[in-house]
Amino acid sequence: MKIGFYPGCSLTGSSREYNESVVAVAKALDIELIEINDWNCCGATAAHAMNEELSLSLPARIMAMAEKQGLTEVVVPCAACYNRLKVTQHELEDDTKRSRVIDILKMPYQGSSRIINVLQLLEMYGAENIKAKITRPFAHKVACYYGCLLVRPHSILKFDRVEDPQSMDTMIKMVGGTTLDWAFKTECCGAGFSVSRTDLVAKLSGNILKDAADRGAEALIVACPMCQSNLDMRRGAINKTLETPSDIPVIYITQAIGLALGLSAQELGLKRHFVTVEL
Amino acid sequence: MSKIGVFICHCGENISATVDVERVAREIGGMEGVAHAIDYKYMCSDPGQTFIKEAVKKYGLDGVVVGACSPRMHEPTFRRACAEAGLNPYLCEMANLREHCSWVHEKSEETTEKAIDLVKMLVEKVKKNKPLDSIKVPVTKKALVIGGGIAGIQASLDIANTGHKVILVERDPSIGGHMSQLSETFPTLDCSQCILTPRMVEVAQHPNIKLYTYAELESLEGFIGNFKAKIRLKAKSVNYSTCTGCGACIQKCPVKKIPSEFNAGLGTRTAIYVPFPQAVPNKPVIDRVNCNYYKRGACKICEKTCQVGSIEWDKEDEIITEEVGAVVLATGFDVKGTDFFPEYGYGQYKDVLTGLQFERLASASGPTFGEIRRPSDGAVPKKIVFIACAGSRDPAKGIPYCSKICCMYTAKHAMLYQHKVHDGESTVFYMDIRAGGKNYEEFVRRAIEEDTVNYVRGRVARVYEKNGKLIVKGVDTLLGGEQVEIEADMVVLATAGVANCGSEQLAQKLHVSYDPYHFFAEAHPKLKPVETNTAGIYLAGACQAPKDIPETVGMASGAAVKVAALFSNDELVREPVVAVVNRLAPPLYSTCVGCFMCETACPYNAIEHEEIKGRDGSLIRNSARVNQGLCQGCGTCVAFCRSKSIDIQGYTNEQVYAEVMSLLND
Repeated sequence: MKIGFYPGCSLTGSSREYNESVVAVAKALDIELIEINDWNCCGATAAHAMNEELSLSLPARIMAMAEKQGLTEVVVPCAACYNRLKVTQHELEDDTKRSRVIDILKMPYQGSSRIINVLQLLEMYGAENIKAKITRPFAHKVACYYGCLLVRPHSILKFDRVEDPQSMDTMIKMVGGTTLDWAFKTECCGAGFSVSRTDLVAKLSGNILKDAADRGAEALIVACPMCQSNLDMRRGAINKTLETPSDIPVIYITQAIGLALGLSAQELGLKRHFVTVEL
Repeated sequence: MSKIGVFICHCGENISATVDVERVAREIGGMEGVAHAIDYKYMCSDPGQTFIKEAVKKYGLDGVVVGACSPRMHEPTFRRACAEAGLNPYLCEMANLREHCSWVHEKSEETTEKAIDLVKMLVEKVKKNKPLDSIKVPVTKKALVIGGGIAGIQASLDIANTGHKVILVERDPSIGGHMSQLSETFPTLDCSQCILTPRMVEVAQHPNIKLYTYAELESLEGFIGNFKAKIRLKAKSVNYSTCTGCGACIQKCPVKKIPSEFNAGLGTRTAIYVPFPQAVPNKPVIDRVNCNYYKRGACKICEKTCQVGSIEWDKEDEIITEEVGAVVLATGFDVKGTDFFPEYGYGQYKDVLTGLQFERLASASGPTFGEIRRPSDGAVPKKIVFIACAGSRDPAKGIPYCSKICCMYTAKHAMLYQHKVHDGESTVFYMDIRAGGKNYEEFVRRAIEEDTVNYVRGRVARVYEKNGKLIVKGVDTLLGGEQVEIEADMVVLATAGVANCGSEQLAQKLHVSYDPYHFFAEAHPKLKPVETNTAGIYLAGACQAPKDIPETVGMASGAAVKVAALFSNDELVREPVVAVVNRLAPPLYSTCVGCFMCETACPYNAIEHEEIKGRDGSLIRNSARVNQGLCQGCGTCVAFCRSKSIDIQGYTNEQVYAEVMSLLND
């Protein structure tokens, strides 16, 4: 089975391990990922904070390229990219905006490709497959952390329960894990303030980590490169804000699934994290 | 040639703002057969009606078309005016230029042209109208009240006290409704039970009231003054004529862990049960879903306990038919449960309660006998948080309306808590305080000033449990948007008031309209607040929208007066919009061939057989005849009739064709 693939910038840089694990898991599940040709940045937070047309044109070009390749479905692992593409698709249902963007792009844009995140991909095309291929059950007690971008705004994304999402929990339970019922599933990690206000990020991510630690999580499971880097890369700064420093690893859902499927730490990029992963 | 008068109304600016009314009058004035056409600001007003009456006399009009609002609104008004001027009222028609035109279109040339077309159609129709006589029908002077809460109780008593019979149907085993669950009532803090239970007893003992508890309306047929109600009496499994209400069976019942509906799930009840000690009637029913005997075929302990042999295991639901002249809907409301709120824990935290559950905790008849204790561990909460507008006024939750009663009961709850837990701390998070009502604002001030309840203006983003405490994260928008975090022992959500379950189905059974939130719709928001769009069916209480006790009681009395006014007539006048089978001069007599397809088609059993006989008494032919008392004018028979022998008076095929052709003849 073939599906379009938009990795986005993070997956080629700071979150290479996310890319590696997505690709490895897809391969293990016989899903062929077809990367969009000549893709560009989605604009992330910078574009939509500055210029609306730019913030719509960048994701629109990605989707226009996908349409050109005949990709009816595109998986977007990065939560921020997923959010930008979905929101753009929604905004461009407006005729005026759409014709303006087409004018800028000088490319046809239909908005016909279906944009899905990794959880949806696993749910729709992998669930049965995964169950059949578990070789080493992921027998860990973990906290699934969804962050802000994966489920909000609910009116546009229409994905999962907005305040207490369950899709990742279901996935983890399916591969043999137990998940925590905890309070910070969709709290903000501090996101893009990572560079300019590391102190703020340390505090917000610290709150998340503390609650998971207090409730006995062995790991945090994420599906967003930004959340992962804040909780993992900023661990030094976070631990300074906590009474008891925490060494809970933060791994991607695809890495957890990959482990259950018997893939190696190497294949899943588990050696690339700042906080050592021993699962 | 016809002499039609046309009267175009501006409806203030409702029509004239988008339709060029003067042009409409001018162009229609030029139509063939139109003798007089004018426009006026308020056609329904006294001067407006006078224009019509004078024109009828002056021009000898033989038809009138009023281009104004919906005929639902003012057709009776204008027909009456015509009748006063000596014109048969059924020669007056209305073109709906407001709802069907000006309200739904922008101001434009096309809008005016549509208005002209609408009037033109009616002019052509009126030319074919024939004078009709209204039909007189008798009135059954007995009312059906559905719902035995305070609204239904009040309406029943008021109607019964005018000397008319009332049938009160209640779905639960006892009357009393939500009011019986309340602890104290705002703004006086008088005990709800003390003011309600005497009325419940009065209902049970009133000679004019027939009470059916544990019963539901199955269907309602007929029309104003002549309804036929089928009522399902659910099997109580207890013979009420022999049961003494001693309660021994309840004590012995081994199934004791059923969540009590009366205690909003906080207490338990048995399978054979009386909802609460002050219930009316104070006799038990068996909950067959939970009873051991009905589940597994064994137990029957209650039967062994019962001294008078009142248990009836094989009793089945019974359906009775009652003829009534009017119906009062008083089915009340419901509140959203805590599970509706993902941000407050999806109902998984035991100490997050709804306002109704808190009422039960604070009530002397409640599971804690009036002591405020946490459902999780029975401890007295030292810090309590009340969250107003939980769900209400939140379009994202699908409930954009204000539930109206929460501001007041939240103030009351905080006050009751402070009165019972002297060292307790209570905080209310609110959006606005809506305390419109006699002594209401003073009551809220009293909570804040005398009972030192901490009012914080802001929303609560999240409630979660940690180490046995409920962490409430909110914001204080009056102090620069400062974040507030409270470690509370209990959280009470003033959850939105919503339509009672089953209200949509009930509305459909009764052909009563309802709003997008399934509250029953009143006929007019200002001038007909207790009527529905279906004649003879009235509304009382929170089934129309959330409202407090005083308002509910007022509305119930209003509905009762409407019923009493209806019952003051011996006969009602009905619109003659019914089907008729044509009758012609001999030798044809009728084009009806007696196939009786109409009889099969008629949903109201209004088609009768008639033998047309010659002077010598010999049978000439069998023909259909319409019973005008039963016919509802639906027109199904007209569509079925193969020989085109049936027509609806006032809406004949000829009239409808004339309307359509008027549009095509341009």
